[in-house]
Amino acid sequence: MTGKKNNNLKGWLYLLPAILFLGCFLVYPLIDVLIYSVEEGYNSASQTYTGIGLYNYSYVLRDPYFLQAVKNTFLLVIITVPLSTGIALLISLGLNAIKPLRKLYQTIYFLPYVTNTLAVGLVFMILFKRTAYTDGLVNLMLRWFGAGPVDFIDGPYWAKMFVLCFYTIWVVMPFKVLILTSALASVNPEYYAAARMDSTRSFRVFYKITLPMISPMIFYLVITGFIGAFKAYSDAVALFGTDLNAAGMNTIVGYVYDMLYGSSGGYPSFASAAALILFAIVLTITVINLMISKRHVHY
Amino acid sequence: MEKKIDFDLIERRAAARKRAFRAVDYFFLTLWALIVLFPFYWMLLSSVKTYSAYNSEYIPRFITLAPTLENYREAFTAVSLGRYFLNTIIFTVITTALMMVVIIPAAFAFARLEFAGRQIAFTLFLSLMMIPSELVVITNFVTITNLHLRNTFTGLILPSVTSVFYIYLLKENFEQIPDELYRAAKVDGTGDFKYLTRVMIPISKPTLVTIVILKVIECWNSYVWPRLITDDARYFLVSNGIQEIRENGFGRENIPAMMAAVVVVSAPLIALFLIFRNKVMAGVSRGGTKG
Amino acid sequence: MKVVLENLTKRFPNRNKKGDDVIAVNNFNFEIPDGQLIGLLGPSGCGKSTTLNLISGLETPSSGRILFGEDDVTRLPPENRGVGLVFQNYALYPHLTVLENILFPLQNLRGADKLSKEDMLKRATEAARLVQIDGLLERKPSELSGGQQQRVAIARALVKMPRVLLLDEPLSNLDARLRLQTREEIRRIQQETGITTIFVTHDQEEAMSISDMIVVMEAGIVQQIGKPQDVYDDPANLFVAKFLGTPPINVFEGRLSGGRLMIGQEAVLSVPGAPDGIVWAGIRPEGFIPAADGEFTCDLNRVEVMGRDISVVCHHEKCAGAQIRAIISAESRPGDGAKTVRFRLKPRKVLLFDHESGARIPFEVK
Repeated sequence: MTGKKNNNLKGWLYLLPAILFLGCFLVYPLIDVLIYSVEEGYNSASQTYTGIGLYNYSYVLRDPYFLQAVKNTFLLVIITVPLSTGIALLISLGLNAIKPLRKLYQTIYFLPYVTNTLAVGLVFMILFKRTAYTDGLVNLMLRWFGAGPVDFIDGPYWAKMFVLCFYTIWVVMPFKVLILTSALASVNPEYYAAARMDSTRSFRVFYKITLPMISPMIFYLVITGFIGAFKAYSDAVALFGTDLNAAGMNTIVGYVYDMLYGSSGGYPSFASAAALILFAIVLTITVINLMISKRHVHY
Repeated sequence: MEKKIDFDLIERRAAARKRAFRAVDYFFLTLWALIVLFPFYWMLLSSVKTYSAYNSEYIPRFITLAPTLENYREAFTAVSLGRYFLNTIIFTVITTALMMVVIIPAAFAFARLEFAGRQIAFTLFLSLMMIPSELVVITNFVTITNLHLRNTFTGLILPSVTSVFYIYLLKENFEQIPDELYRAAKVDGTGDFKYLTRVMIPISKPTLVTIVILKVIECWNSYVWPRLITDDARYFLVSNGIQEIRENGFGRENIPAMMAAVVVVSAPLIALFLIFRNKVMAGVSRGGTKG
Repeated sequence: MKVVLENLTKRFPNRNKKGDDVIAVNNFNFEIPDGQLIGLLGPSGCGKSTTLNLISGLETPSSGRILFGEDDVTRLPPENRGVGLVFQNYALYPHLTVLENILFPLQNLRGADKLSKEDMLKRATEAARLVQIDGLLERKPSELSGGQQQRVAIARALVKMPRVLLLDEPLSNLDARLRLQTREEIRRIQQETGITTIFVTHDQEEAMSISDMIVVMEAGIVQQIGKPQDVYDDPANLFVAKFLGTPPINVFEGRLSGGRLMIGQEAVLSVPGAPDGIVWAGIRPEGFIPAADGEFTCDLNRVEVMGRDISVVCHHEKCAGAQIRAIISAESRPGDGAKTVRFRLKPRKVLLFDHESGARIPFEVK
C-alpha cells in the first residue's frame, strides 16, 4: 500500500517541474487572456477596469489598423499557402527524379530554415529597396525587362505585399520541400513500376498515383501552412521595420503586439481580444481543412 | 501485333524525352537553388565592400575586387554586436539546458512510471499543444512586467523553457525502449532515477540531440518575446540587435556594416546545420514547424 | 508470343571494396515457345528476378538480346513492350477500388487502341470473372485477403491482353493451403488465355507442378532447362539434383571401380560405362528397395509413418548429409528392434556426379 502511494508521489514529482512551468506560462495565461478580453476599460497602470463586456472585441473589430492587418494577413495566407505548397511540390518532384547532386540541392534548399528571419529579411530589404544612391538590385533586373523602378519597401501597397509574400515563401519553403521529398521517397517504387508496365503517361502517374499517395502530407502542409501564415509577423518586421501600422503592412499578430507594447501599447485587453479573434479564425480554418481532408485523403 | 512497329524510333524518342526532361529538371532546380543562395551571397559580398564603394555603385556590382574586413570591425565596435551575441549564447544555453531538465523527467514519468492519474495528466498535456503562443504571450508579458523581470535573463528565459511537444516526442522515444531492460534493472536493484540516467538517456541520445538542435535553432532566432521583454540594448538578443542596427544603426545608413552584422549573426546556425546536416533535417521532419 | 533470350547478361556495378561487378544473369540463352508456362527456379539471389525484370524492361541488359516474336525489344522501355507483370507484393493501388485497379491499364490506352467506357468495363469484368473476383469489384485492396489481392493483380495484368505475362514469386505471400489452390488457378488461367507466361519461384514443388518447362538457375547461370519430369529424372549436375525433389536426394561419397559403384566397402550397384574414380552418388528417396539380400547396408535410426508410404531414416558414414531418407511402401517396413537395414537400389534413381565439378556422369542402365 505504501509502495503504491510512493509510486504515485514519485510520478507526480517527476512531472512537477513541467507542471509548474506549464501552469505559470501556459495554462494561467490562457485563462487570464480570456478574462482580459472581457474587462472593459482596463488600465494597466492601476490594474483596474470599469466593467465586463464585449466592448474590447467591438473596438478591435472597428479599429482600421486591425482591419488593415486582417486584410494583409488574409492576402498573405491566400497567396503564399497555395503557391509555396505548389512550388514545394514541383521542387520535390524534381529532386525525386534526379540522383547526382540531389544531396547538394537538398542542403541548399534547407538553408533558409536555419537562418535568422530578421537578419536575412534585412538582405531582402536591401535587394528590393530604392534609396537615393541606388534603385536596388531587383529594380536593376526589372529594367532588363523594361519595367520601371518600383520601391518595394516604401512604395505602393501591391509592391510591398509582393515582397512580403516572396520572402514568406522563401522562408517556409525548406520545411515543405523536406516533408514532401520524404513523402515522395516513401512511396513504394513498385507502384511506379506497375504503372510503367501499364504504359501510364507520366502526368497520369502523378495525378492518379503520386498525388493520392502523398495527399496526407500535402494536407498536413496546407494545414500547418495556414496556421503559420496567419501568425505571420517577424517576416513583415524584417522587411518593413517595427512600425508596421505606419507602413500599412501590419499583420494580426503584429497588431496584438503593438497593442501590448511599444509606442501604441499598454492595452492588454485589446490585445487579448484581437488574439482571441485570431485564434477563432485559425481554429475555423483548421476545422474546415480537416473536414475537406477527411473527404479527400485516402487512408 | 501484326502492324509493323518502328522500335528504333520508339527507343530513340524515349531516350530523347528522358534527356530533355532531365535538362529541364536540373534547370529549374538550379534556378531555385540560386534564388535560395543569392541573398546569402549578396550579404557576404556587401559585407566586404567598403562603405564608399557600396554607396558609389548606382548599379550594384556582382563582385568586388577590393574586399575589406573593415565592416566586421565596425559591426563589433560601433554597435554592441558582441554583447548581443553573448546574450544570445547565454539565453540559448540556459534555456535549452533548463528545458532538458524539465522535459526529461516528465517524459520519463509518462513513458515508464505508473501512477494514479497518468492518463488524464497526459491527455491534458496533449491538449496544451493546441494553445498558440500568441495567446499566452499577453499575460506572460504582464506577469513578467509585474514581477519586475523586464530586461533580465530570468524574464527572457522562464517562459521559453517548456515545450509540450518535446515532452511528447521524447515520451514516444522512451516508450520504444523494451520493458525487459526496465525489469532487468529492477531485478538488479537499480532505482528509477539511476535507470533514467544510466539507461534511458544514453539510449535516447539521438532524439535528445534532435531536440537540442531544434531548441537551439528556435532560441537563436527568437524575436517576439525578447522584443517585448527587453528595451535595454544590454539585454538584446541577435534578432533584436539586428532590428536595432537597422533602425538606429551606425549613425548613418551603413549597409556594408549592417551586412557584416547579418553575416556574423547567420553564420553559427549555418555552421551548426552543415555539421549536423542529417540530424537537423531528420529532426525537423519529425518535429519541426515553420511556415 | 515466342520469347527469345540471346546471350542475355546483366552486370551490376559492385559497391564493395574490390569493385568487381556482380553478374546477376550470365549469358542466358532460351527460346520460349508460344503459349507455354515457364517456371524460373532457383535459390534466392540466383538471378531469376533480374531475368524477369530484363524481360519486363524494368532493367536493361548489359549485353545480349531479347526478342518477342520477331521484334527486338532489348532497349525498348517497358511501357512499349506490352508485358503484363504481377508483382510479388501485388502493387495494387491502395486508394483505388478493385475495379479501378483493373481498369487502370485500359485507361492508359491512346490513339487507335483507345476503348470506349463500355468496352473498358466489359474487358475489366471479363478479366475479373476469369480470376473469379467479380463479386469484389467495389472493394478496396486493403479489404481483400492475400489470395484475392493476388487475383486482382493477375486480372490487372491480363486485362490489357499482354503479349507476355510475368509473375514474380506469385505464391510467396500466401499461406500453404491457398498456395496449392492458387497455383492450380494460375495454370487454369494460363491455359484459358494461352498467353506465354513466365513465373519466378524459389519453391521447386511449385515450379514442377504447373510448368510446361522449368529453368533452374544458380549464381546467374542457367543450370538446366527442360520439362519438369525430365529435369528431375535426368539432372545435368549435382546442384540441380539437390535442388529438385522432396525429400531431397541423398548424396554419398562413392568410388567407381570396374564398372561398379562402391559406397564404403560395399559394391552397391553395377554402373557399366562409367570411368573409375571418386564420385558423388545421389540416390533419390524412392530409389531404395528394402531387401534381406540387399547390397547396401545402413544403420537404422527410426521409421516415420506417413500413411501409404513410410520414411526410413538411417545413417551411413559416407553420406554427405546428416541423414538418409528412404521412402518405401508401408508393407516392407523393417522389423522392430533392427539395428541395420539393407537395400537394393533402383538403377534409374541413382545418379553419379563428378567429385570436382559436380557434372553428371552417365552410365548404361539395362
